[in-house]
Amino acid sequence: MLPSFRIIKYVLMDILQNRIIIGYTLFLFAVSFGLFNLGGDSTKGLVGLLNIVLIVTPLVSIVFSTIHFYNSYEFIELLAAQPIRRSLIVWSEFWGLTIALTLATLVGIGVPVVVFAANATGISLVLVAVGLSVVFISIALLASVLTRDKAKGIGVVLLLWFLFALLYDALVLFLMFAFADYPLEKAMLGFVCLNPIDLARVVVLLQMDIAALMGYTGALFREFLGTNWGIVFALFVLAVWAIVPMLLAVRVFNRKDL
Amino acid sequence: MLEVTNLTKSFGKLKVLDDVSVRMHAGQAISLIGPNGSGKTTFLKCLLGLVMPDGGAMTLQGKSIVGGWDYKRQLGYMPQIGRYPDHIRVGQLFEMIQEIRRGTFEKLDEELMHAFGVAEFAHKTMRTLSGGTRQKVSACLALLFDPAVLILDEPTAGLDPMASEILKEKILAEKAKGKLILVTSHIISDLEELTTDVMYIMEGKVRFYQPIDTLKSRTGEQKLNRALAKIMTTQSVTTKQ
Repeated sequence: MLPSFRIIKYVLMDILQNRIIIGYTLFLFAVSFGLFNLGGDSTKGLVGLLNIVLIVTPLVSIVFSTIHFYNSYEFIELLAAQPIRRSLIVWSEFWGLTIALTLATLVGIGVPVVVFAANATGISLVLVAVGLSVVFISIALLASVLTRDKAKGIGVVLLLWFLFALLYDALVLFLMFAFADYPLEKAMLGFVCLNPIDLARVVVLLQMDIAALMGYTGALFREFLGTNWGIVFALFVLAVWAIVPMLLAVRVFNRKDL
Repeated sequence: MLEVTNLTKSFGKLKVLDDVSVRMHAGQAISLIGPNGSGKTTFLKCLLGLVMPDGGAMTLQGKSIVGGWDYKRQLGYMPQIGRYPDHIRVGQLFEMIQEIRRGTFEKLDEELMHAFGVAEFAHKTMRTLSGGTRQKVSACLALLFDPAVLILDEPTAGLDPMASEILKEKILAEKAKGKLILVTSHIISDLEELTTDVMYIMEGKVRFYQPIDTLKSRTGEQKLNRALAKIMTTQSVTTKQ
């Protein structure tokens, strides 16, 4: 085994011993199951699930990753004195968290979706849920290496979640009304790209192709890029959101005093 | 063997290491002494790559170690306060470190593990261990991979007298093998037993760095603690002037 896999193994063992990740899986499973059994129509179930995924997945992912990082501080210190690359330590944390949360999402959302709505929309929803988890792990690790204090770190990531999940749309709406006289379509596309949660919403709604639910930004995406290219573009930007904060986190960690 | 030139490090406005330059050789055992907060631990952490220096150079056997990692295979580190994952068992911890370091060491030195009877508490989790037992674990880990350089930050603090003697004997044995040993401690008698040289650090500067014998003959004292007291009082007088 490569050194990186050896470390990921221990990170993963530590995470999977945690009851929170099991509780999260059960919660997702129960919610998905409940929503699909509510109306009878699988599309309704998917829309309901989408709204849950867009709020809950980022929150759990960012808070869990941050707490895990601070709780692993001793382990990280111990590893830093060993003959291994420093960047390996953060990458191992990243992959450990990614594997654990992906497993939780695949079991909690993937299984019910396959049972009740095994179509393109369902699959895109699961993909987006996994993607959002990874994006917020990446953001959480960046915030954690930048702040030394645990309470401050958790505060920062909660604020970031609040910003992306709730505040951002209100700000964009406010801007739209304030500059209603100007053509803002292209700027709006840019605004969507700046929020991973909006991107995730656009991907699933484009796939669903329900004009009424697509909203302003979804319609714009389809108008400018067409359904397929819209999805590809949104997924690409989502990938950038997962990679860039992580690369920054590695850079910061390589120079961090432990 | 280990050479440090113009090493500086600040935490915010506080200058913790101020232009430190020293040369250390294999076979030397060096005491690092100085008041609390004088920069001893930061100096050691710079050598270990745990703290990133602001400036200066460090070389081990002629190769730069600043920002490196491979050189750490030659280092054994016993921290002042050993902090370990709470839920891991002692036995698992040793397995884990060995697995992570696989391929970077030639032989294992389990002498100290046997002397401390680690096998008897191998099933306990790290959280349940007392401070002294943790120190034993830290000491065993530092010596396990038979490193060429030993960095021991207050090794005997918190150990019971018997364990303390076992550890000191082991350190002396390693010294006899020609290793470079760096020890910080506030117990001067321990340092007198273990080390050949004294490095006195104050306010981030190396005030003096000499063989213990030279120090004793210069001050005309037989005991290291008295020699140190004498030299410190004369130094503080000269700095005041």
